[in-house]
Amino acid sequence: MDKRIASLADATAEIGDGATVMIGGFGGSGAPIELIHALIDRFLATGSPTGLTVINNNAGNGHVGIAAMIEQGMVARMICSFPRSADPVVFTDRYQAGRIALELVPQGTLAERIRAGGAGIPAFYTPTGFGTDLAEGKPVAEFDGRSYVQERWLKADVALIKAETGDHLGNLTYRMAARNFAPLMAMAATRTIVQVSHVVAPGGIDPEAVITPGIFVDALVHVPDPAQEEDLNRAGARYPEVTA
Amino acid sequence: MTGKLTNAQIAWRAAQDIQDGAYVNLGIGFPEMVARFQPAGRQAIFHTENGILGFGEAPAAGEEDWDLINAGKKAVTIRPGTAFFHHADSFAMVRGGHLDVAILGAYQVAQNGDLANWSTGPKGVPAVGGAMDLVHGARRVAVITDHVTKDGRPKLVQACTLPLTGVACVTRVYTSLAVVDIEGGRFVLREKLAALSFDDLQSLTGAPLHVEGDVTDLTVPEL
Repeated sequence: MDKRIASLADATAEIGDGATVMIGGFGGSGAPIELIHALIDRFLATGSPTGLTVINNNAGNGHVGIAAMIEQGMVARMICSFPRSADPVVFTDRYQAGRIALELVPQGTLAERIRAGGAGIPAFYTPTGFGTDLAEGKPVAEFDGRSYVQERWLKADVALIKAETGDHLGNLTYRMAARNFAPLMAMAATRTIVQVSHVVAPGGIDPEAVITPGIFVDALVHVPDPAQEEDLNRAGARYPEVTA
Repeated sequence: MTGKLTNAQIAWRAAQDIQDGAYVNLGIGFPEMVARFQPAGRQAIFHTENGILGFGEAPAAGEEDWDLINAGKKAVTIRPGTAFFHHADSFAMVRGGHLDVAILGAYQVAQNGDLANWSTGPKGVPAVGGAMDLVHGARRVAVITDHVTKDGRPKLVQACTLPLTGVACVTRVYTSLAVVDIEGGRFVLREKLAALSFDDLQSLTGAPLHVEGDVTDLTVPEL
């Protein structure tokens, strides 16, 4: 078995209109910029995919990555915890114009809903949000004298994530805090597509060091020296690049 | 000393209650300042929601690694003993009762411990982040805040009028004028600035301040 795919375009070719797409990253750390931009390239060339639901902690920063997807009009709905950033203008303008929907989820609840989706747990109870506006309409129950809110799992058609090293079987390690949501999203998507900075043969990762086991991974694309969203934004980058 | 504590002095006072070896989450912004005032000989282990325990201070400008950031998306550093983990583990630490203390900012705190610190109302884009998770699970949930709003209205109130972050979750409030515990649905005054009378403090507080035992002077260094 070999999960390597030759190009970013091939890896993202089957993502369809209306798909639910989990995208790894917390702010710029762990953002799979090259996979996202490959999806934008396909949209610009073919008009697809569009009408996407995107699940990420944030809602884009500047004019690259998720912000660029939103700017192109590919995203119908965001499920996130914190749709603000240093430069949130793309999401903010569309949201205020009523052109993108938002489901706001507390950050830990977002993570646990994704984990539950990957673990086959359709719903769970959490203290988070009890008695607040974000729990409105959700079932509540008391356990051992304390009140909890019922939350449902989150699953996706596709997860796009960034890892540091992957072997041909899809076993993954991550780089520092870039790990964040990626191991959870890898479990919760029907098809998990990973960009990795380094590809090694099976045996090249110490089994004790594997963070995401290959069973959760479907496709692996080698992207050496990936861009950092923060660096792109500090340089004022836009995607696609504007040519005079 | 002027009529009220500076933010640094409020943060200093809150830091004095953090024990050696405590696992601590500091909210984004003003609460991050608490880390600067750990008493000598004590070393807290700081947790950040995006998946780091035991991170160090900000790196020098130009030395940032953007895979190594805190929940406020500011660059941090690793130190001996740092650990990385994914988001579900991170919030298991939060909700599962593993943190000793969380120190957060506030728009309003009610006498029953209700906290409002995530939304000032329906205007703008709503954003919650980890605020609603952090108020549940830590053994102590403390707030640091000015005693009143910029236009002079009490932030310690009978009932929050702004959208709630959590119900009955705050256990102690460090303000620019006083240290107040929340016990049995009441504000219990523990410390106040020596120059301020109880009546003056009460007049700046939106719910009754109760006294049980000694009220000591709130004393902090010049910072």
